[in-house]
Amino acid sequence: MTFSPIGAWAIYKRELMRAFRTAFQSILAPVLLVSLYFIVFGSAIGSRMPAIDGVEYAAFIIPGLLMLTLLAETTSNSSFGIYMPRFTGTIYELLSAPIGVAETLIGFVGAAATKSLILAAIILTTATFFVEYEIKYPAFALGYIMLVAASFSLFGFILGIWADSFEKLGIIPQLILTPLTFLGGTFYSLDMLPEPWDTLALFNPIAFLVSGLRWTFYGTADVAIGVSLGLTLGFLAVCVAIIAFIFKTGWRLRE
Amino acid sequence: MSDAILSISGLTKVYAGGTKALDGVDLDIRQGEIFALLGPNGAGKTTLIGAVCGLVRPTAGTMIAFGHDLATDWRRARARIGLVPQELSTDMFETVWRAVSYSRGLFGYPSDPAKIEDVLRSLSLWEKKDSQIRELSGGMKRRVLIAKALAHEPELLFLDEPTAGVDVELRKGMWEQIAALREQGTTVILTTHYIEEAELMADRVGIIRKGRILMVDDKATMMEKLGNTEALITLAEPLAALPEALCDFPVELRDGGRELCYRGGSGGRAEIAALTKALIQAGIDYTGLDIHDSSLEDIFVDLVAAETAGEGAP
Repeated sequence: MTFSPIGAWAIYKRELMRAFRTAFQSILAPVLLVSLYFIVFGSAIGSRMPAIDGVEYAAFIIPGLLMLTLLAETTSNSSFGIYMPRFTGTIYELLSAPIGVAETLIGFVGAAATKSLILAAIILTTATFFVEYEIKYPAFALGYIMLVAASFSLFGFILGIWADSFEKLGIIPQLILTPLTFLGGTFYSLDMLPEPWDTLALFNPIAFLVSGLRWTFYGTADVAIGVSLGLTLGFLAVCVAIIAFIFKTGWRLRE
Repeated sequence: MSDAILSISGLTKVYAGGTKALDGVDLDIRQGEIFALLGPNGAGKTTLIGAVCGLVRPTAGTMIAFGHDLATDWRRARARIGLVPQELSTDMFETVWRAVSYSRGLFGYPSDPAKIEDVLRSLSLWEKKDSQIRELSGGMKRRVLIAKALAHEPELLFLDEPTAGVDVELRKGMWEQIAALREQGTTVILTTHYIEEAELMADRVGIIRKGRILMVDDKATMMEKLGNTEALITLAEPLAALPEALCDFPVELRDGGRELCYRGGSGGRAEIAALTKALIQAGIDYTGLDIHDSSLEDIFVDLVAAETAGEGAP
């Protein structure tokens, strides 16, 4: 059994092309959304807010906003990527091709993660129009964003295989990920919450992601960076295990 | 069998719901032939193709293609197999050129624009190479699917119902294309429930029903073994009884003695010629003669009907 780089590349290229075909929606929409957040929370409300941990409020919300957009877009991009072929029947070609789990993942998940990185770059650039900020550990920030992009691309892939309707495809990002991100300290520091909510917030896994990313930006965080990193890596490992199981059993792919 | 390009034995598929779609199928496909898999709807044709192509996980059985076991060495085997599905499922927003190039890459072959051009030209799609697939007619969409399946130059091509829902003109075109593939040395396995199609195209025919292969044979042999010839002779004067001169022939009187009906095995034409001579010698005049060879369709219907009747018995 040998890996087929050409096969993986074919999928990767096609998935990216698909994104550029809908560039208007997949890039402009998040940019607009993030701009609105900056105008409302950053400029309008933020101008009357005190600095948090020495970081100006408008700058403080950048990592949270980035995480908010990244999680939603990565998950839905990746889940659509594999759900659509299942829905339209074109998956027959993937299943009949001499490619395995590695090529499929590199193609689909790699493309989804790449799109997310492009999106992150666009959002960070957009942010410079609204607020001055500096990233304290740029290399860590990039690494962390890549890790989150990869994990949630895998997660989206699982979602796209699990879903058997467009409704289910939308439920997880909209009804679970986005609320959890909002509650996970996108717009505030967890210690601004009264008891018991600040303790309860620690049961929200996304709080650790937001906190981790904020640490790479400003060096301050609600929880230790090691914990955030460990949790993200753990999530990545769980997703990989689930996908390995899916391919081994052919669940929802092969009858 | 040494000349088998694909060798299937004991292939069984039981779906999660308990439906037995394939029930111990044994089948050998020879290099370079056109093999038609014939069967009523729900007979297991598509499941059989799916099992070979990797869409369906077999419950039991082995499949060897090009000497590679499809259960373990599937990468090398699949790289040489192409599949044209029954449904018109393709990425509608993709252009023809990109869709076909993608297929080649997916199967692990380096990009080769000249080859893609060849494929598109041979399927009369070259003018449409930059069109989105959704803009094409149904017949063209199906040709795009064929182009996608041919992009990696498969040696074994599966065509699942290639002419279902295709008009007469297009169907003829499709037949020509399949014949051309065979000329190039591609082995073709097609499923169909148009028996006429199998009769026209196939070298060998397999009849499948309820997941079991009932019969596999050369088309000509099958016709010879199972076929028959019928002749209907309209007599000038009605006969009350069969004259002695005709007693050696498998004939009977019908329609109150106005018609003489001959029913013999295939190749019965010589016997019919003898019959007409005997009629003249016996002084029996006739005004009409109608000869009919049974088609593959008759054979198929008889075979399936016989099986069904057999099942009905306790």
